[in-house]
Amino acid sequence: MNRRSKILDNTSVRIGLIALLLLICMACFAPWLYTIPPTAMDPSSANLLPGTQAEFSDLSGDTYDHYFVMGTDSLGRDTWSRVAYGARISIAVGVCVALLSLLGGVICGVAAGYFRRLDNVLMRLMDSLMAIPAILFAITLMALWRPTLVTVIIAITIPEIPRVARLVRSIVLTIREEPYVEAAISLATSTPNILWRHILPNAIAPLLVQGTYVCASAILVEAILSFLGVGLPPEVPTWGNIMADGRVQFNQFPQTVLFPGFFLAITVLAVNILGDGLRDTIDPKFNKRTG
Amino acid sequence: MFFILRRVLSTVPVLLLVALIVFLMLRLTPGDPAAALVGNSGTSEDIARVRKGLGLDEPLPVQFALWSGKVLSGDLGESYYMKQPVTRLIAQRLGPTISLAALTMLMTLLIAIPLGVLAAWRHGGWLDRSLMGFSVLGFSVPTFVIGYLLIWGVSLKLKLFPVQGYTPINESFTGWLAHLILPAITLSIVYLALIARVTRASVAEALTEDFIRTARSKGISELRILLRHALTNAAVPIVTVIGIGIGLLMGGVVVTETVYAIPGLGQLTVDAVLGRDFPLIQGITLFFSFAYVLINLLVDLSYLLLDPRIRY
Repeated sequence: MNRRSKILDNTSVRIGLIALLLLICMACFAPWLYTIPPTAMDPSSANLLPGTQAEFSDLSGDTYDHYFVMGTDSLGRDTWSRVAYGARISIAVGVCVALLSLLGGVICGVAAGYFRRLDNVLMRLMDSLMAIPAILFAITLMALWRPTLVTVIIAITIPEIPRVARLVRSIVLTIREEPYVEAAISLATSTPNILWRHILPNAIAPLLVQGTYVCASAILVEAILSFLGVGLPPEVPTWGNIMADGRVQFNQFPQTVLFPGFFLAITVLAVNILGDGLRDTIDPKFNKRTG
Repeated sequence: MFFILRRVLSTVPVLLLVALIVFLMLRLTPGDPAAALVGNSGTSEDIARVRKGLGLDEPLPVQFALWSGKVLSGDLGESYYMKQPVTRLIAQRLGPTISLAALTMLMTLLIAIPLGVLAAWRHGGWLDRSLMGFSVLGFSVPTFVIGYLLIWGVSLKLKLFPVQGYTPINESFTGWLAHLILPAITLSIVYLALIARVTRASVAEALTEDFIRTARSKGISELRILLRHALTNAAVPIVTVIGIGIGLLMGGVVVTETVYAIPGLGQLTVDAVLGRDFPLIQGITLFFSFAYVLINLLVDLSYLLLDPRIRY
């Protein structure tokens, strides 16, 4: 059996992938999924209950009859439309943070693991970065920067890098002792060549697993930043922003908080399940390595 | 004694680097802190005066030296908006946060460790599988979603607990507990998932050791084998993850206090960030990070008690 079908045979991988594909479709096709523009508001139809049919006229004067599946928020915006468009931000942040922190982590980890002189300095720096609680780190950075998608992604990436760097370093340390690496060194193979041809291919499986976990945690942290009011500006439809808006009137209208919360939980769950499945199929030693 | 001293001293460079990172984070921001402090009404002389007062006209290394000297003497500066020393503000808000964290920790350990041990004992059984399922769920459902679900279900529908707010313990113990029980449950979910998972893994590994078989053949009771032989030998990874989890807990506190309107350090953080109160943000971040480093120092030192083989 080849490797690809072994991965796809795993139930967790299948469940995670199917759920994620559905969510990605929801993000991509949001305009055609019975939505109205996510920032359109009509104060006269504020706080509608889920399943209300109502006349909606936005501020530019367009009027249409709309069925509000999940009701509206305190400003009269359609919650379902905002939830559907919100998936775009969550998925974009998750994927970008995962890729960027893998990149940063690989650079730092390879540097620390292969060039022993850098090891002490780099790892002490990583230890110190890890000593600052991740959410607090991201919150502080966001307080300093103007909130845009790029700054949100960077603020979440920086505290994730040390975790990846540690993983990569430990892999590099074990592989560089292997006889084939020693052989390559004695044959005067250039260092970049050794790193590229021998070290990195061995790191791909654990990195893929770690990447999915980083992605899940990034989606969570983005929602937390928005929820606390330090993420993207409140009019941008993100799941955290929708929940922050619904927070004030939670006691009367819990649906504005609970619907985006449900989608957020499902998304993170799907990514985590995919990660567990990948770990079991392609890198069973993962827990030993990070623990 | 020498190794304890060495371990204690090894935190010094980490603390110094943490301080440097926190310092640089706020100094490398676009914009002039002095101008922010003076506000829009200030003249350029006002700004110059404030800048001199804060030492902002010195080169960065000098500023860092001056600032860390102050931090060492317990002076974290003054809040821009509340015009009070940052240390005093932190001290005022410490009570609710420590109450919440301690209650969470207590609940988590009382539930997670027995669950983990039982799951490891009946490896692959229904308890084991449901615990693993729960832990994935616990890692995935965000703290604030759990918080709002609990408020909605338990406080609003069942009316069992007050919805939000806080009562200090010295005013009324039952009021304190009633206000904190839901926040503590909320905050404990992630932590519980993490600790139960690690307990299960390390106890399961200890149970495969030869000395367990020997103990069983001597006819020692299962309970004693689990607690005295397996759990004791699995203690080091469990205590380690408790220490690492403190970082998760600190992030969770910020969110949980916001959801439940508890006037602790988490709320102070959010207020400071929303008000761009830089000295306060800096002070709180430094406080949390130092607390994290020191707690993990204690965790490392506890290895000496838990496992006599370990020496630094």
